[in-house]
Amino acid sequence: MAEQVVEQVKKNFPDSVLAVKEFRDQTTLHIKKEDIVKVCTFLRDDEQCKFDYIVDVLGADAYTPENRFEVIYNIYSLSCKRRLLLKIFTDEADLHVPSVTSVWQGAEWPERETYDMFGIIFDGNKDLRRMYMPEEFEYYPLRKDYPLMGVPDSIPLPRK
Amino acid sequence: MNTLHETETQKSAAVRHPVQRTKILAALEDKDTNIQYDDALENEMVLNMGPQHPATHGVLRILIKLDGETVVAAVPELGYLHRGYEKLAENCSYHEFIPHTDRLDYLSPLMNNTAYVLAVEKLIGIETPRRTKFIRVIISELARISSHCLWLGALAMDVGALTVFLWTFREREKLYDIFEKLTGARFTTSYTRVGGLEQDMTDDVKATIQQFIDQFPEKLDECERLLNRNRIFIDRTDGVGVISRDKAVALGMTGPNLRAVGIEHDLRRAAPYLVYNELDFDIPTFNGGDSLARYYVRINEMKQCVRILQQALEKIPAGPIHAFETKKVLPRKQRIYTKMEELIQDFMIINFGIEPPVGEVYHAIEASKGELGFYIQSRGEGHPWRLKIHSPSFMNLQSLAPLIQGRMISDIVAIIGSIDPVMGEADK
Repeated sequence: MAEQVVEQVKKNFPDSVLAVKEFRDQTTLHIKKEDIVKVCTFLRDDEQCKFDYIVDVLGADAYTPENRFEVIYNIYSLSCKRRLLLKIFTDEADLHVPSVTSVWQGAEWPERETYDMFGIIFDGNKDLRRMYMPEEFEYYPLRKDYPLMGVPDSIPLPRK
Repeated sequence: MNTLHETETQKSAAVRHPVQRTKILAALEDKDTNIQYDDALENEMVLNMGPQHPATHGVLRILIKLDGETVVAAVPELGYLHRGYEKLAENCSYHEFIPHTDRLDYLSPLMNNTAYVLAVEKLIGIETPRRTKFIRVIISELARISSHCLWLGALAMDVGALTVFLWTFREREKLYDIFEKLTGARFTTSYTRVGGLEQDMTDDVKATIQQFIDQFPEKLDECERLLNRNRIFIDRTDGVGVISRDKAVALGMTGPNLRAVGIEHDLRRAAPYLVYNELDFDIPTFNGGDSLARYYVRINEMKQCVRILQQALEKIPAGPIHAFETKKVLPRKQRIYTKMEELIQDFMIINFGIEPPVGEVYHAIEASKGELGFYIQSRGEGHPWRLKIHSPSFMNLQSLAPLIQGRMISDIVAIIGSIDPVMGEADK
């Protein structure tokens, strides 16, 4: 089932697909960062794919000099009952990635959470504020260079 | 800005600067309850609901802009219970994280335990014995009943019917007794282990569960009789918090809330895990998309839970409960004390952790609130490189603002009650 989708995407966007990974019956497509909205729109609208449901958008810090951050899209097709993971990469120098809120409205909060935790900026997300941490917090806690014990005084005590 | 800013009122309206006004509004939003009005006939008020509010079921904070009593706009604020579990997970071994999963959806900890170990087992690639699978189904469904019981009581209490709350809590008490017998703890169960369970289910526990499910449908029926034809309850929920099918899908609503808009999506059927494909049950769906539809979905789900439990109790086979994977599964205590090999294994697993292969997996189960998934990135070390909790309450809360827009303040309470968020899970 997943092969069909991969073939479809490869056929329509030969330059956008960087790699196809298979692990434990689960397909992950590595997509070029610039093309993610195009690919997602296709996946949502195509008659054979019909990925109409966004499950999650999440970030990961690979902690490598190049392509440090990953953004992973977990999408699901309610009619075909299949799941697909898409992955894009971004550098520390350029934290901007396109937002997929224009494709799936529900990506708004997961993108906010990813921004909060990794500092990845989703261009096009209308309400890109911090999700959990206070607005004046300066750090991105899920980055690998943020210590587990936190940074002293990074959260100011409430004023009286 | 009458009462709050005396000097402001003395100035004429023309002098007032727009920048100053927004500043005032920002300051107001941080106080508890605030009113701002220029003209007595054009009342627009910013109301702060929560994080300490009995109807928000935890520490959910909502900023509401009101026109009279009607909600014009709403902004939910999360993070008051953020404990950084994803960061903690990166610094824990796979076994050490199991107790933390109890604290996610604290109304059904057994289900979180099951979801987490299933993801880890998928990553390692081990299969548990049939008996374990059945026990996991049983504890999941008991947890679902427990969670839905609390939801039912809380929803009824939110709209003014206190008795149901007392009755469902009586049922939950029986469930907690079962959990105590089964796991040794009432709330923080930490019952599952990678590749097995903490201890086997005894015949005594099995008999207690049988006793519980024999009497539960009748008790549920009693609760239903209090509500189904209750004029006040119906008026407070029927047509309140309506969401269309397309909107619910676009916003990523999940679980019973998605089934209340008529979408038959249940991971127990769509991607069967454990032994759900051997069990016979229906997926209740309703088309209303309002609070009443969500009520009926969950009530019917509880009845299906009883059906599943009955079948699982009948079909459960005897046998071992631990997978035979000596390097991945914790050995039994008795053998650790008496056998050298097991002692070494235990030492290795506790100190260095299970070392799963390099890879990324996502595994989700249909939890009581919806799709609960764990995404794990492994680099072959004893702890995960990245662990992401996909919590259903988080996605359901995303649709809270559109749901309460245009409704009255009193409806907010009924709507939050009907979408059933748990902040421990939404805030991680």
